[in-house]
Amino acid sequence: MQKKLILNSDLLTITLDRLCQELIENHGDFADTILLGLQPRGIFLAEWIQEKLTTAAKRQVPLGYLDATFHRDDFRRREIPAKASETRVPFLIEGKKVVLIDDVLYTGRTVRAALDAMIAFGRPEKVELLVLIDRKHTRELPIAADYVGKYVNTLESQRVLVELDARHKHNKIWLINKD
Amino acid sequence: MSGLSQPHLLGIKNITRDDIELIFKTADNFKEVINRTIKKVPSLRDVTIANVFFENSTRTRLSFELAQKRLSADVVNFSASTSSVKKGETLLDTVNNILAMKVDMIVIRHASVGAPHFLAKHIKANIINAGDGTHEHPTQALLDAYSIREKLKAVKGKKVAIIGDILHSRVALSNIFALKKLGAEVLVCGPPTLLPKYIGQLGVKVEWNLLKALEWCDVANVLRIQLERQQIKYFPSLREYSLYYGITKKILDSLKKEIVLMHPGPINRGVELSSDAADSHHSIILDQVENGVAIRMAVMYLLAGTVS
Repeated sequence: MQKKLILNSDLLTITLDRLCQELIENHGDFADTILLGLQPRGIFLAEWIQEKLTTAAKRQVPLGYLDATFHRDDFRRREIPAKASETRVPFLIEGKKVVLIDDVLYTGRTVRAALDAMIAFGRPEKVELLVLIDRKHTRELPIAADYVGKYVNTLESQRVLVELDARHKHNKIWLINKD
Repeated sequence: MSGLSQPHLLGIKNITRDDIELIFKTADNFKEVINRTIKKVPSLRDVTIANVFFENSTRTRLSFELAQKRLSADVVNFSASTSSVKKGETLLDTVNNILAMKVDMIVIRHASVGAPHFLAKHIKANIINAGDGTHEHPTQALLDAYSIREKLKAVKGKKVAIIGDILHSRVALSNIFALKKLGAEVLVCGPPTLLPKYIGQLGVKVEWNLLKALEWCDVANVLRIQLERQQIKYFPSLREYSLYYGITKKILDSLKKEIVLMHPGPINRGVELSSDAADSHHSIILDQVENGVAIRMAVMYLLAGTVS
């Protein structure tokens, strides 16, 4: 198994700062904006972004956790049913601007399921998608991200591994060759 | 991670502790779903489920049907009282006819012990036992244990007394299996005539005295006297039963500690439970009903399997 480092800790922090700046550019003071982290791995990123935005905007930007397992289109197409994670959306998203946050955008199917799952909490005014890594040429659905940390050319056989630690000292993003 | 070890839910006896834990974890997620404003998810949208009830039921059937609808499954209902069973059709023929109409999963309640097991052997569909005679009622036991886990944070090490008509109760047997698998201590209490002779061999304590049982336990699961299953007299009168085995608020208040009161329903108020006890803060009877939907959603979600 070969591992290649795509982003190291310093670069990742810079990338994330840039993504936050882009969000601030479009959302101003975040008065009507809600962040939704996608379970299971988008939530760490979402928490980090919320922390940075809260400092920058001087107000608590609401953050929810969204699990799309029950809305997936591959249920009953795999051997074992997918295990769900917690959904915690303690507010209505009716009329709000929602930013969906995930670590890696690959086939787009998780995002499709998330869009579906999100509707149970209201009809948002606008939905945007933020991803840390956008795997190019692997999309199976017409879905594109509005904010992208880094584009990566990957093969289907490869895997992107995101390692985030709680204090953001040893964050690493790897491209893994399965052989 | 893995799925359930069985393609059917026939009883608690033949599933593992890991299965139970998996069902509970999935039920946690579904409990969140059914507390949303929009309570529906599309998971089972391509699954058709038949509810085949050869015996009367309100709660269980309603709970199953709600669970199915919240998972977006297509549902057909069948009850023996309005069907051709009255004309002499056999169980297998009835179910095969339903299957010929392309049904993926069958929820069955039947007065005969082993009816779901018989179906599981002969037909290709996921079978869920919703009560077979005096044998098992697995989803009830799962939701009971789940409610204990929710109320007391754990099942392991807790002392649970099952009180009442143990002899005719499928809820009691399934509960004993589930609670033992999850590491709880179990005691059964009732008049000697309503306790099965060798029940001790399942690893449960036996107690005839209600007060002693209540002093011992953390949770009291009170069962209904099933007069419809009793062909002979097991006790002189309901009045006498309620005098010795009826739980009242006064008895609960006299105990040294707070206990949790459960009942699988339907309650015979004034017989096994007095009204003031059933409606007291000890009681989690309505939580059990709510959890029933989440547990049944979890079971059907995990059993739905793969498209063939």
